[in-house]
Amino acid sequence: MKLRRFTLLTVAGLVLASLKAQVTDEHLLNAGQEPQNWLTYSGTYSSQRYSTLDQITPTNVKNLEMQWVFQADSLQKMEATPIVVDGVMYVTEAPNNVVALDARTGRVFWTYRYEVSPQVRLCCGRVNRGLAILGNTLFMGTLDGHLIALDATNGRVVWNVEVADPKLGYSITEAPLVVKGKVIVGPAGGEYGIRGFIAAYDVATGKQLWKFYTVPAPGEAGHDTWAGNSWEHGSAGTWNTGSFDPELNTIYWGIGNPGPDWNPDTRAGDNLYSCSVVALDADSGKLKWYFQFSPHDTHDWDSTDIPVLADMNWNGSRRRVILWANRNGFFYVLDRATGKFLLGKPFVHETWAMGLDKNGRPIPAPNSLPTVEGVKIYPGMQGGTNWYSPSWSPRTGMFYISAWKDYSSVFSKLPNDYIAGRSYFGGATRSTVPPIRRGAINNWTDAGGHGAVIAIDPHTGKQKWAFNMYDVTDSGILTTASNVLFTGSREGYFWALDAETGKPLWHATTGGQISSAPVTYLVDGKQYVAISANHAVFAFALR
Amino acid sequence: MLVISTLGWFVAGTCLNAQQEGNVTQAELNSGARIFMSTCSACHGPDGNQVGGVDLKGGHFAHAATDEQLARVIQNGIPGTGMPPNNVTRGNLVALIAYLHAMRDFDTRKVALGDAEKGRAVFNGKGGCLNCHRVNGTGSYMALDLSAIGSDFSPSALQDAVLDPASTDFPQNRFIRATTHSGAVIKGRRLNEDTLTVQIVEANGRLVSLTKADLKEYSVEKGSLMPSFKDKLTDSELADLIAYLVSLQGTEPTRPRSGASQ
Repeated sequence: MKLRRFTLLTVAGLVLASLKAQVTDEHLLNAGQEPQNWLTYSGTYSSQRYSTLDQITPTNVKNLEMQWVFQADSLQKMEATPIVVDGVMYVTEAPNNVVALDARTGRVFWTYRYEVSPQVRLCCGRVNRGLAILGNTLFMGTLDGHLIALDATNGRVVWNVEVADPKLGYSITEAPLVVKGKVIVGPAGGEYGIRGFIAAYDVATGKQLWKFYTVPAPGEAGHDTWAGNSWEHGSAGTWNTGSFDPELNTIYWGIGNPGPDWNPDTRAGDNLYSCSVVALDADSGKLKWYFQFSPHDTHDWDSTDIPVLADMNWNGSRRRVILWANRNGFFYVLDRATGKFLLGKPFVHETWAMGLDKNGRPIPAPNSLPTVEGVKIYPGMQGGTNWYSPSWSPRTGMFYISAWKDYSSVFSKLPNDYIAGRSYFGGATRSTVPPIRRGAINNWTDAGGHGAVIAIDPHTGKQKWAFNMYDVTDSGILTTASNVLFTGSREGYFWALDAETGKPLWHATTGGQISSAPVTYLVDGKQYVAISANHAVFAFALR
Repeated sequence: MLVISTLGWFVAGTCLNAQQEGNVTQAELNSGARIFMSTCSACHGPDGNQVGGVDLKGGHFAHAATDEQLARVIQNGIPGTGMPPNNVTRGNLVALIAYLHAMRDFDTRKVALGDAEKGRAVFNGKGGCLNCHRVNGTGSYMALDLSAIGSDFSPSALQDAVLDPASTDFPQNRFIRATTHSGAVIKGRRLNEDTLTVQIVEANGRLVSLTKADLKEYSVEKGSLMPSFKDKLTDSELADLIAYLVSLQGTEPTRPRSGASQ
């Protein structure tokens, strides 16, 4: 009996030892050099979603076969990108549960279950997009506005702090970003008249270290871009994970729509920093520069797209740039040291702007504002793209976007007084395409637009190729050093495309809508690709 | 507990029972429609059927059996689901709930309704409707099954569909024509489509799934194949036919629907 207990303890000790993750700042800074792991939401601080793993190639990708499926307890859809540390995968399932599983077999080590407050106000479903890690601690934002630290070995809570009040419409859906001992996170709530912000918390204690408001208060620079008291409920959420340049010590984050969404009558002005990218000092959270893609937005085109950082030859000299596919339908290249506009071109059919001026500011087209009767605009409310992660392959030199092509909405505006915790849309939109898919049947979208993966040459903004889908797509993209591109689709197909040509190489049917981005990692020398679809995670490897 | 209201309304005898009292004005309905579009349609869709288990137009509310409960759900949301508290004042609630009840018939005009029994004879005989449509187990699978059409569409929408089918055409009822590499021609109504495959029903009721790569040709009809009955029916035949269609309310008993309200 004694012996048996000893044996059990020993075995448990071995398992725990192999579980214990030690992700240091150095690991995060050099995440691209350890492709066996996937350490942040976007893979690396540059958010390129490019992996140097190359076992799976355009030639052998046809030999991919399913290794395991993990079925979540929750039947609500997963939007999370898993993180993978030394063979252990950490992933969130809706609404805010965390699961640690063996990345080789899909077997579960532990599950942490979080009870979300019934007070939450959500625009777009009970979703979560994932975790951050430092040391042996995982970090997750919750739908009811908390930030939670968990022991990565057993899923026990280390600390739990309130970031914002859910009764006022604040929620957290994004994966946090850990930078230099701080957990960076911000809220959603652009449909509830919140005042957006990005805040940093001490990884050890959860103490708030700095907070940058995305809507300036009286006396602050940019406040005069909001008429009257409209800034108080100006929204400008920060609901998708940003990026970090260690050499410039700068964090980049995309900012959401101004509120109310579709009725701008009370908020004359550019409404800074809504629909912008902000560059913040990583230590202090102070604003270094901003670039506003859609001043005075009236279409709900959050700029909460992923900032993709790349270094490339630009007109003969090396330049640090941000590649940005915006929900407003334009692709941008910015200098990330200064915010200077370098290039901007539409990547889908758009009717709201006649182009961009030399500083990248849109030149509004006539009749592009919502009216009481409604006005049809391309792209539609969900945009030319949205929060779906793009990918930059330094190998092909192409930028890959999940796009909604030939898609429009009719935008109309209505009066809408602010009432705390209540919806603050100021109008409505209509479209042939359901914004959130309602089931397994699709027989609509040939009349209302369709999805595509498009490859763009950043030097010209021109499309190199497009892989067209029948339905629209909400999936992110992964590219690898062997020129394989992975992505999902609303149809539930998990695709491998040739990154050079867009030619489909392989697909698997997951049987549920894919609303997340794929990851790749290595266990015991074997390359895996994994993706969540509906409420399950699927992992594939070569047979 | 899941409680479902039927097409009838269970009104709780309060100030919200304006609809039952019959004193809802068109202005109030218009106002309700605007509130619906601004507050509800982003998730529920313009026809109120984009959330699983909920069909606002058909009167199927997953969490409310009375107007009072409906009001509470709208104002307070449903904990544990995607239904948030909404910014609708008490006064506007009357208009919104009246509109929810009237959605099916909203923005429609009065049309003449004749004798449903005579209409059945037109439908089965002179109209030739069963050549394509199906009602309560009789007829073709080629076009929509109309067994419950009267609960889904207003009389004026039904009349529009009969006289001017193109005006009420829906992209989800397209007909497709496919030719395989071996030359076989397959025709049917599209049920579902994706990048690689299409699922159809043939006129004889056979369910067919096609892989697009196996096809030499594939085309989707742009419009409706339904012929117009304008000038083909007398006014009284038309009124009888519409009365018959309105009488088609389905045979399934009302039951709680499954599916999360999200």
